[in-house]
Amino acid sequence: MTGWQALFYKEILRFWKVGFQTVAAPVVTAILYLMIFGHVLEGRVQVYESVSYTAFLLPGLVMMSVLQNAFANSSSSMVQSKVMGNLVFLMLTPLSHRAWFVAYVGSSVVRGLAVGSGVLLATWWFAQPSLVAPLWVLIFAILGAALLGALGLIAGLWAEKFDQMAAFQNFIIMPMTFLSGVFYSIHSLPEVWQKVSHLNPFFYMIDGFRYGFFGVSDTSPWLSLALVASALAVVSAVALHLLRTGYKIRQ
Amino acid sequence: MPAVSFQHVCKIFPTKRGDLHALREVSLDIEAGEFFGLLGPNGAGKTTLISILAGLTRATSGEVLVHGKNVQSDYQAARRLLGVVPQELVFDPFFNVREALRFQSGYFGIRHNDGWINELLEGLGLADKASANMRQLSGGMKRRVLIAQALVHKPSVIVLDEPTAGVDVELRQTLWQFISDLNKRLGSTVLLTTHYLEEAEALCGRIAMLKQGQVVALDKTSALLARAASNVLRFKTDAQLPSDLAVQARVTGRVVQLPANDALAVERILARLRESGVAPEDIEIRKADLEDVFLDLTSATPRPVKPAEVSA
Repeated sequence: MTGWQALFYKEILRFWKVGFQTVAAPVVTAILYLMIFGHVLEGRVQVYESVSYTAFLLPGLVMMSVLQNAFANSSSSMVQSKVMGNLVFLMLTPLSHRAWFVAYVGSSVVRGLAVGSGVLLATWWFAQPSLVAPLWVLIFAILGAALLGALGLIAGLWAEKFDQMAAFQNFIIMPMTFLSGVFYSIHSLPEVWQKVSHLNPFFYMIDGFRYGFFGVSDTSPWLSLALVASALAVVSAVALHLLRTGYKIRQ
Repeated sequence: MPAVSFQHVCKIFPTKRGDLHALREVSLDIEAGEFFGLLGPNGAGKTTLISILAGLTRATSGEVLVHGKNVQSDYQAARRLLGVVPQELVFDPFFNVREALRFQSGYFGIRHNDGWINELLEGLGLADKASANMRQLSGGMKRRVLIAQALVHKPSVIVLDEPTAGVDVELRQTLWQFISDLNKRLGSTVLLTTHYLEEAEALCGRIAMLKQGQVVALDKTSALLARAASNVLRFKTDAQLPSDLAVQARVTGRVVQLPANDALAVERILARLRESGVAPEDIEIRKADLEDVFLDLTSATPRPVKPAEVSA
């Protein structure tokens, strides 16, 4: 076992030991969204032809859960270790900044996919969206989770207290996920807001992910793929730089 | 090649009230197999120096080598050689003792380490706590786990930052026995910071004293002790000391201690006390200890030891 594998495994075990809170709870939240929005809007909103609103909503909710949990995993692990002081155990080891990155982001992807699969399985009973291109589904889930995992790592390094972390989550991550077209197609928005939505990287993650289910999307899945991959490259470069320079952890 | 070499290490912390010079040109070598003590009052820079060695903090200038490996440019090699026991009682609440030790081994790339982990658990009196969660352990037990964690990769240099602060007598004994054993049996180099001078006196072959970020003394423990007034006159009194005696006295509550090298000095002090109407009780004469040297050196204005004076 090389160093990064040990850290990767530790990070997975960390969330798995509190799986009720880190996996089961977000699945229940997603089911509640689906039941309530599905009940209120079913039959009133038609986004794509021959796709019921509940079926349309389902992939969006799955992806939203993937993204939010991937972010929560790396960010809460890092900020907790900093506040508790046990980050020192890692800082004393020969693990490179790349090893830290791979382990934290990798475990975030695992948690994102675990929660996403849980939501998909649990909601399958309410609606069965088609699964036209499963490979697209998988690619967007992994890239999106990695992007949010890396972003969570940056937030975790930056935040010194839990309330700074909560601010990052509530004022940046939550609005961007909610305004990304999880609950609606952005084509139903006024033109100005459509343009604004096109600036939101979360929109491309959700839209590309949904394309894998229905084979239709608001924008080309290739464009979404290119943008999400680029965003991942940029955010990863920033996270690696912060880890290499010991931003806020090595004075 | 020295096991640890600090070369002209400076550390400046920028603060709102200007720069804080935590370390000024600290240079010293610790030879392989030494049991070395780093002493100094709070805020002298002991922990900063150890943090730079461990790679937790970066020196503003100067360099630190562990068996010739630079702790910055060759950090992976340097950290494999180092086992650091942090001062703070930190732990990961998600895991039990054995898990924590297995993960720590894993970070160093060691896959099957249960043989050595068991030995550590045994030696530190943790064998029956192996599957207890870290949260359930008492402070002393957590301290033992910290030591075990620092030793999972069999480091050749062991660094202990105030390991016995707030630790009971029994644990202190177990701990020193264990560390001394590693020092003797495996030839591990030990670098220790402590507030307990008695401990440093008993364990360390050589000692460096830091004051305001400078090395003010660096010598064999025996040589340092020889430097102090060889005898101390100790007595108790409630009265005010005459001012000429008061300046050289070390007063702790009712206890007064004065350097007194020979019988003549003792007589002179007692005569002076009688003249001023001070009635001393429980008079005794004892050998000077490291505390006397320490106070002597740290109360004087620091005169840095030049690297040329520094020898093993």
